[in-house]
Amino acid sequence: MSKASALSAQPATGPVRRLHLPQKLRNLELFLVLIACFINASAVVLVQLGALGELDPTLMLLGAGLSVLVISLHVVLRFVARDADPFILPIATVLNGIGIAMIYRIDIANKQGGWESAAVRQTVWSALAIFSAIVVLLVIRNHRVLFRYTYIAGLVGVLLLFLPLIPGLGQEISGARVWIHFGSFATFQPGEIAKIALAVFFAGYLVRNRDSLSMVGKKIFGARFPRFRDLGPILVVWALSMSVIIFQRDLGTALLYFGLFLVMLYLATGRLSWVILGLGLFLGGAVIASQTLNYVNGRFTNWLDALNPDVYNAKGGSFQLVQGLFGLAKGGLLGTGWGQGRPEITPVPQSDYIIASLGEELGLAGLFAILALYLLFVARGFRIGFAGQDDFGKLLAVGLAFVVALQCFIVIGGVTRVIPLTGLTTPFLAAGGSSLVANWIIAALLLRLSDTVRNQPRLVV
Amino acid sequence: MNRELKRVSIVVMLMFVALLGSTSVVQAFQADNLSADPRNTRTLYDSYQVERGAILVKGKPIAQSMPADDDFKFLRTYTNPELYAPITGYIPINGEPTGLEFALNSELTGASNSQFFDKISALVTGQDPKGAAVEVTIDPVAQQAAWDALGDYTGSVVVTEPATGRILAMVSKPSFNPNLLTVHNNAEVTASYDALVADPNNPLINRAINSLNPPGSIFKLVVTTAALESGNYTPESTFLNPSVYTAPGTTSVIENSSGGTCGAGETVTLATALRLSCNIPFAELGVEMGDTTIRETAEKFGFNSTHSIPMTVSESTYPRGLDDPQTAQSAFGQFNVTATPLQMAMVSGAIANGGVVMAPNLVQEILAPNLSAIQTFEATELGRVMSEETAATITAMMVNGVQDGAASNARIDGVDVAGKTGTAQNGSTDPFTLWFTGFAPANDPQYAITVLVENGGGEGQTGFGNKLAAPVAKKVLEAVLNK
Repeated sequence: MSKASALSAQPATGPVRRLHLPQKLRNLELFLVLIACFINASAVVLVQLGALGELDPTLMLLGAGLSVLVISLHVVLRFVARDADPFILPIATVLNGIGIAMIYRIDIANKQGGWESAAVRQTVWSALAIFSAIVVLLVIRNHRVLFRYTYIAGLVGVLLLFLPLIPGLGQEISGARVWIHFGSFATFQPGEIAKIALAVFFAGYLVRNRDSLSMVGKKIFGARFPRFRDLGPILVVWALSMSVIIFQRDLGTALLYFGLFLVMLYLATGRLSWVILGLGLFLGGAVIASQTLNYVNGRFTNWLDALNPDVYNAKGGSFQLVQGLFGLAKGGLLGTGWGQGRPEITPVPQSDYIIASLGEELGLAGLFAILALYLLFVARGFRIGFAGQDDFGKLLAVGLAFVVALQCFIVIGGVTRVIPLTGLTTPFLAAGGSSLVANWIIAALLLRLSDTVRNQPRLVV
Repeated sequence: MNRELKRVSIVVMLMFVALLGSTSVVQAFQADNLSADPRNTRTLYDSYQVERGAILVKGKPIAQSMPADDDFKFLRTYTNPELYAPITGYIPINGEPTGLEFALNSELTGASNSQFFDKISALVTGQDPKGAAVEVTIDPVAQQAAWDALGDYTGSVVVTEPATGRILAMVSKPSFNPNLLTVHNNAEVTASYDALVADPNNPLINRAINSLNPPGSIFKLVVTTAALESGNYTPESTFLNPSVYTAPGTTSVIENSSGGTCGAGETVTLATALRLSCNIPFAELGVEMGDTTIRETAEKFGFNSTHSIPMTVSESTYPRGLDDPQTAQSAFGQFNVTATPLQMAMVSGAIANGGVVMAPNLVQEILAPNLSAIQTFEATELGRVMSEETAATITAMMVNGVQDGAASNARIDGVDVAGKTGTAQNGSTDPFTLWFTGFAPANDPQYAITVLVENGGGEGQTGFGNKLAAPVAKKVLEAVLNK
């Protein structure tokens, strides 16, 4: 597909058609959203019965408010994106709700309540995040607007990324300098928003420059390697990731950005050589980092030898990882049930380790369900990629979906010892406002993109 | 682009497959190992959620779970804590349980296989699950008498029923208060525990089953059994009676504890040697028989293997591959021969029981919460170590030892006590280890008793078995026989 078609005008969607056709997709979505709200309400009730032993209406009211907001989002979709994918909103809703229920459950265990408690903050943040999603849907009526802001998006992404390094604004929490704080009230992780900006930038940049990146270059061992002067962008992104590792001490975020870039680069150019080159660069950097930076080295030791008593007892050792495994083991196949386990024993059970907390109380069955929800969410994003007509939209949709998939893999894989543990939030589930806002914006963008796909004349499908 | 998209989809799919796989491995395949990890506090807390069964002596609890208003829900409480500490052990919140609390943990928590259906029915009926209670074989009169009689000595008293191997008393001193180790406060538990570990008298050791000492002269019972059972010796067999003996192939000398000969005369009989507890005749006998014969008999008595009562009893040893001088020393219970009080109780118990060794046992019954017996322990024979005639012969020799020999301080008016004392060396200057083992009444043995006094009973190398250990046994036997 050429640049011209990528920039072609938005297809006309007349108001006449909107009046006549029954909104089958939206009705399905409403049905699923209601089920999601029911599941969320049940989770909170079960938490209260299991951990509190009585029903407390406060959080139920907040939850009901959230349900109203989700349904408002659904109504907005009926007007501005009537052909959007019907599964994205219910999945985001149920994951968000289960997350709140688990955070609430841990609040109860830690005897925290009222407006200062993590569950209430998470609910307020959720409201803010869903509201952001509504704003995104209302403001961005056509995703190709974003194509115009490719370089601005790139700049914003990099700025957001380095915001925490500014003295006085940045804040270091558990070793990683990825937060900024406003007064004493709120902390925010700008890197979460940066990933969206960077996805927009990568998509726009690659669609513009794919030809020179993919066509020219020398053939070595059957693979076409790029010219040195075309290496510029990958080196810049690589340097960016490495500086995140070094200055912000955040391995997970670096891996996330670089993985996102590599996949989008591969999609745009179709050159496996780029991936090999990129992986080589990143692994090289990671190996050097693991040798020179203590915290990276420790992560590897904790991963490979977690149950070793020396590693377990060391400062910054595998204590947390092993406690998470104990929690998962306690959950077994069916889990202890909401409010019946002891997830609070594991450090940070509501953010990095929320998946271990859920595994403890909902069991392997519950985790499989959650993983299936993530997979479905990602698959809906990829579906836009397959069915899309313009390359920018395809790349952006797949990029956003892949970021969610990779983030799940990095954090859940870290907790279950597939890869070394690095701190990242579990999308939609984990406590953290910036992560919620970012993921709901991703959901909104995917909704917008899927609507465009459905709206296009169906020539092929 | 769609070809690339397909490949990336496959990569994403593989990522999720890896996550499905890893969660399955952790939650299904490794779950049991992870739950059994001692660092897993979840398992520990869980074990407190069930009302742990009581440990009972004649129906009265010596360990029970009292309701507590904290995370653990129950506080383990011990009655008469120091008296019964070696039996109950303790279950701390931050470490491994010991004693019966450890050995019968799954029964006490209700997790043993035989309680499976009780667990299911509790689930269905909505009752709180409860662990099983354990009734021990201890006789509170014997236990108290043994505790009182041992006084301030460092040591142990074990009383068994010869016909069944049931343990009627098991005292270890100095003892400790297990209640200090079950409080629900990590720091307090650790402080109490550290203090007990730092105590040079090792109060946490259950000396009855875990303290290994040279048995000294009481091992002569084993050697005498070996000799009589070989058919080559009778109580009237004679041995040369010098005042100093040098085993073949060595220059180190062996003396009798008296320092002189074993009674008057050029020769001495086996019966006299045992009655007066002389070392030289036994050294000669040991060398003549060889270490293999002695070891075979010792192993029939239970040496060189562990026993489960169901706490694990340390392995009493008769070493392998001894040369003549070593065999000579081993024949009177020295040179790396070691024994627990319980092992020696098995020796005198077997003699009392007509030559059959009974498996020692501390647990009478496991009782379901509704007090029906889940499991009742039957007396178990470990095997015959000697004929009834030999047993009767040795009994007579032991009675003589108490009546008119080296164990005279165990004499009780109106009852024939069979006994043997021991005074074992632990090195050239260390305090002696003092022993008594025996049973009463000799014609119808009801009680077998073994007394261990470590650390010379505070008298260094001047105390001896008949002076310190035999009176303890006498007091206990008087109490249980109502004399």
